[in-house]
Amino acid sequence: MYDVIIIGGGVVGSAIARELSKYDIKVLLIEKEDDVASGGASKANSAILHAGYDPVPGTLKAKLNVRGNEMFDELCKDLDVPMKRVGSLVAAFSQDEVESLYKLYDRGLKNGVKKMSIISADMVKEIEPNINDTIVAALYAKTAGIICPYGFVIALAENAAQNGVEFIFNQEVMSVNKEDDIFRVKTQDREYFCKYLINAAGLYADTINNMVSDKHFSIHPRKGEYLILDKEEGYLANTVIFQVPTKMGKGILVSPTVDGNLLIGPTSEDINNKEFRKTTAKGLEKAIKGAKKSVEKFNERKTITQFTGVRAVPDVEGEDFIIGESDVKGFINVAGIESPGFTSSPAIAEMVREILKEAGLNMVEKDDFNPKRKPVIRFNELTDVERNELIKNNPAYGKIICRCETVTEGEIIDAIRRPVGAKSIDGVKRRVRAGMGRCQGGFCSPRVLEILSRELNIDPLDVTKFGGKSNILTAKSKEYVINACKEILKRGV
Amino acid sequence: MMEYDIVIIGAGPAGLGAAVEAYEKGVKDILIIERDSYPGGILQQCIHNGFGLIEFKEELTGPEYAERFIEKVNEYGIKIMLNTMVLNISSEKIVKAVNQEKGVMEIKAKAIILAMGCRERPRGAISIPGTRPAGIFTAGTAQRYVNMEGYMPGKEIVILGSGDIGLIMARRFTLEGAIVKAVVELMPYSSGLTRNIVQCLDDFGIPLLLSHTVIEIHGKDRVKGVTIAQVDANRKPILRTAKYISCDTLILSVGLIPENELSKSAGVLLDPVTGGPIVNESMETNIEGIFACGNVLQVHDLVDNVTKESRIAADSAVKYIKGLLKQEGKFINAKAGSGIRYVVPQIVNYDNIDDKVKFHMRPIDVFKNAYISVKSGGREIMRRKMQRMTPGEMILIEIKKDKFLDNDLHPVDDITFEVEVV
Ligand SMILES: Cc1cc2nc3c(=O)[nH]c(=O)nc-3n(C[C@H](O)[C@H](O)[C@H](O)COP(=O)(O)OP(=O)(O)OC[C@H]3O[C@@H](n4cnc5c(N)ncnc54)[C@H](O)[C@@H]3O)c2cc1C
Ligand SMILES: Cc1cc2nc3c(=O)[nH]c(=O)nc-3n(C[C@H](O)[C@H](O)[C@H](O)COP(=O)(O)OP(=O)(O)OC[C@H]3O[C@@H](n4cnc5c(N)ncnc54)[C@H](O)[C@@H]3O)c2cc1C
Repeated sequence: MYDVIIIGGGVVGSAIARELSKYDIKVLLIEKEDDVASGGASKANSAILHAGYDPVPGTLKAKLNVRGNEMFDELCKDLDVPMKRVGSLVAAFSQDEVESLYKLYDRGLKNGVKKMSIISADMVKEIEPNINDTIVAALYAKTAGIICPYGFVIALAENAAQNGVEFIFNQEVMSVNKEDDIFRVKTQDREYFCKYLINAAGLYADTINNMVSDKHFSIHPRKGEYLILDKEEGYLANTVIFQVPTKMGKGILVSPTVDGNLLIGPTSEDINNKEFRKTTAKGLEKAIKGAKKSVEKFNERKTITQFTGVRAVPDVEGEDFIIGESDVKGFINVAGIESPGFTSSPAIAEMVREILKEAGLNMVEKDDFNPKRKPVIRFNELTDVERNELIKNNPAYGKIICRCETVTEGEIIDAIRRPVGAKSIDGVKRRVRAGMGRCQGGFCSPRVLEILSRELNIDPLDVTKFGGKSNILTAKSKEYVINACKEILKRGV
Repeated sequence: MMEYDIVIIGAGPAGLGAAVEAYEKGVKDILIIERDSYPGGILQQCIHNGFGLIEFKEELTGPEYAERFIEKVNEYGIKIMLNTMVLNISSEKIVKAVNQEKGVMEIKAKAIILAMGCRERPRGAISIPGTRPAGIFTAGTAQRYVNMEGYMPGKEIVILGSGDIGLIMARRFTLEGAIVKAVVELMPYSSGLTRNIVQCLDDFGIPLLLSHTVIEIHGKDRVKGVTIAQVDANRKPILRTAKYISCDTLILSVGLIPENELSKSAGVLLDPVTGGPIVNESMETNIEGIFACGNVLQVHDLVDNVTKESRIAADSAVKYIKGLLKQEGKFINAKAGSGIRYVVPQIVNYDNIDDKVKFHMRPIDVFKNAYISVKSGGREIMRRKMQRMTPGEMILIEIKKDKFLDNDLHPVDDITFEVEVV
């Protein structure tokens, strides 16, 4: 029996897990995919820590965004996650658009955003020499930042696990029943029991809510397509360059990533299928065209990969976050967490903690909570002296597996062995960047597969790209031929 | 710091060939650095035959071809450091490398020969829309799985790209009992060698769909199928011709990119068309004493040409060390004119030419009954009849030293290679 079960291992579920790991309670997180930040919005988004001038004053979004943003410096330090406060620009390319900048600026002030200013074209050019010459002015927000999105979620989960939270993967919550104040949570294989249930299921938060509560809501998918360009194009943006927002969102941005690539997107399109996570020729074209409004110069032929993120838009008025205990006691919704959900996540976690307290959960702080994650060794960032020391103690750090990103075997083994470790090729990729470089795993994926098979003690045929049936290999060589021969022999020639 | 006369990066045929040649020309203090656990480079996974027809006048497999050079390297006692990755090179010719036994080390070289080969273009580079399931491989990765690791990456396969690697893999998969449903090629012609089209597709009844491309990938966990379509003259898909092919694997064989990150770290200038260094007749880059050969310089279709190029690079490195390679002189630019995509070498130092210069080039299209004409300032200095030219087959043109002289017997400023259709 658990005190709390969290459904969903996105940034929200993981932030809540980490927050609750500070207390002497028994917590379980259930995730349907094979990893955290693997199924939903938390791995496929713009990876921006928004400053907080966008949300309407007075909304949860406004409050949690600004508070959340402030929390990242300490969190990223404790959890050893790369983050850069590069600042953001909302670029106005006409006088009309300048009007909107003032509106945003006002909102920002109301929301309590610090370090904002409206700057002239010349000043914009100084910060962003590659922005288009048609620039008129911009809203500059210094507190905005960029982060490695899945890196942050993985770090939260690891630290939560280190502090006692349990994680279950590859289990999809299929039904929830409440009997005598106890929730019975059924997945395809098993049953779990808890006193408090937290719904952080992202796009499927409506399904979970509607299993428990009579007050139904629904979540609509709205997709956004992106392109990631080679590091060679990374110099084109120093800050996050937004355009003036529209009803459908914050528009298409051009941004550096923490790893030094250039990110372009997202489009915004309402869709009718939550699993519709494919890119389209049209969408990608739109993203490129949109981005060219801000920065003309990038070369889209330098694209190394493309992806789609799906926003979870709730059908409630004002499109605010839905956070709170529902009409069913002990069942807490954390739903409709669209942008700036990532930025807000640590503040959401604090809020959920308070809701649990109010709902009667006895929360005594642990005296042995360790806020720090075991540091990650990144061979690429070390000095030669440090590297030699490392290799002397563990020769696996002298073997480069991913040559584009200079990732060693030691780092990959560590990523697999850590708490909430990698179990698939993509899991390794998200933890250490093996396969994220310009060749996209062409060279290293066979080796990563070999290491996974060895470390997890599974057959190479069972290694997957991202869990489920995403196996990489289909048979041993000659097997098809042998089978065909057997078939013929059986039939008799 | 370790010191060597010549440090060679990469132990593929280019690196091995260069080592053997340099040794035979009298420089014995050589180190080859290779990141893999065996020498031979990409040849080790090319277990088909067809290698060495020019070089050895016999048909060898890739590993056999490599073996001939490995044996020589061993016989001469040339040092190879395996499992060692070069991290960067400085313009002062200091090579930084790392391995498990020695950690990070720095090696000073009098001359460096770049022989790092190339890598394959991944899916992102050609932006095929759709889902992102397992089951999408580059041809080389798939080849490694099948030929070296002993595993099949799929059972029902569509191959995009009809270059040699794609063609070879179509046959390989078929021999392994998988079904290759089609080889899809964007261009109206294959970029592979004619012999490979016959031996790898025609002999097995595998359809080659020219002027077609993959416009969408389907499947959530694993590839379920692809949509292909014909393309128009501008290579834009014609949507009404779209057709679904079910398959569990998509193999991408859509081009190779010379692996020049290390070259860049040393300040070596690259040719935007070849993706390899800009070199002169001696295979020397803009950085004195740094030479390049093999696929790192330009993507070759025949390993025999790699070997030839490696000899020139090694020869020049030896001359350089002995102070015999002239850095000053009369420079001639070699340019790609109409019908030609690129020319290597891009620069010739007239004063370094012994007897003749060999130029490699590729045409931009298929040409029949055409000439390659070499011109300088409107004057034709050479003309050669070509039966058939295709972008998939590299062209070699040799020009004798005296041809570089104008009527007054002065070396010309530049020469341009052009295709002339009759
Ligand atoms: C295109 C796009 C751009 C964005 N850009 C930004 C940005 O720049 N900055 C920012 O702050 N925010 C941004 N956001 C918003 C941010 O990404 C989301 O708010 C945040 O990731 C939501 O996290 P989550 O944990 O609620 O959802 P998710 O990450 O979707 O996690 C939900 C998890 O629940 C699991 N799950 C679902 N159903 C079940 C079940 N039945 N059983 C078990 N597990 C289940 C899923 O597999 C998934 O892992 C963006 C979002 C999108 C889509
Ligand atoms: C699938 C396929 C089929 C082919 N079929 C034929 C054929 O039938 N007939 C034919 O004649 N030719 C064929 N070829 C072409 C021929 O094999 C190549 O042109 C040739 O192998 C290129 O040689 P290379 O030495 O330049 O490169 P490679 O063989 O790629 O060698 C480069 C070496 O450098 C090493 N290296 C790279 N970077 C570093 C670093 N940083 N540190 C240390 N080491 C490094 C690599 O590990 C590699 O071993 C084929 C090629 C392929 C890929």
